Amino acid sequence: MKYFKFLITGVFFGIVMTKSEAISWYRIQEMFRFDSFHMYGIIGSALITGILFIQIIKFFNLKDISGKKIEVKEKSFSISRYLFGGILFGFGWALSGACPGPMFTLIGNGYSVILIVIISAVFGTYVYGATKKWLPH
Amino acid sequence: MIELLIQPWPWYISGPLIAIIMILLLYFGGSFGVSSNLRSICSIAGAGKKTPFFNYNWKDEIWNLIFILGAVIGGFISSIFFKNPNPININIKTINDLKALGISFDGNIIPHEIFNWEFLFSLQGFLILILGGFFVGFGSRWAGGCTSGHAINGLSNLQIPSLIAVIGFFIGGLIVTYFIYPLIF
Repeated sequence: MKYFKFLITGVFFGIVMTKSEAISWYRIQEMFRFDSFHMYGIIGSALITGILFIQIIKFFNLKDISGKKIEVKEKSFSISRYLFGGILFGFGWALSGACPGPMFTLIGNGYSVILIVIISAVFGTYVYGATKKWLPH
Repeated sequence: MIELLIQPWPWYISGPLIAIIMILLLYFGGSFGVSSNLRSICSIAGAGKKTPFFNYNWKDEIWNLIFILGAVIGGFISSIFFKNPNPININIKTINDLKALGISFDGNIIPHEIFNWEFLFSLQGFLILILGGFFVGFGSRWAGGCTSGHAINGLSNLQIPSLIAVIGFFIGGLIVTYFIYPLIF
């Protein structure tokens, strides 16, 4: 029961990802070619709403369901880690046309071959973990 | 009502709904970041025995795995009950650019000529499906997050690292779109 709320939120996420067409390889191509405002609109409006919500949470010191103060984890500062990691992620995003959320949603949409993309992403994550100490952070 | 669910949702509905999902996860004691699950999967598979990076208590992250299980179900529900009967509305300029590369527009949410098991065993299939996936996994963990963790969650909290990561996402995406696609197609 503890996890049921996460399941429902995930179902809602999968529906939003599908209906917004954010799972579309074509939409990602269109975004990187600057031919449509659609994806920028999704990310931009999510961001504006998100900033507003987070500011409200901080201003009123709102608490989560278990009574703990809601805090967004701060990431430690670095340039190389986020820039190089980000660029590699961008390679993958443009090639596969999907970031991790849409990948899982596409499986539900019946595209079984995306399983291979997810397995490759898990492998990529593993290789990062194994080679991490040699990478700039 | 069902009409509204069947047609594609505009960005100004979808974006705020994504922000609500992020807030719900925070309220439930989690946080929005899908790529962390890839690390959990490595850990569950036993990668922690050899590699300390995967030696952590993945059980604390079960909620996130349940969340993406939900996303799979959500995708299934949408494809069965709210399927858009019309071809996806992609700008003709993108369609023509892709056609010039030899990728035809079939109106589906993703091109069926690429996302199928036969194509996987071609060089292009390897590059798109396997190398593409590999980079998503490697890059997201190196950068400490993906689109959900950085572009939505991190930027909503006005974090500079997330801004750098998102700039990186676009540098990488533009390089592949303009320089690599013409080479591989």
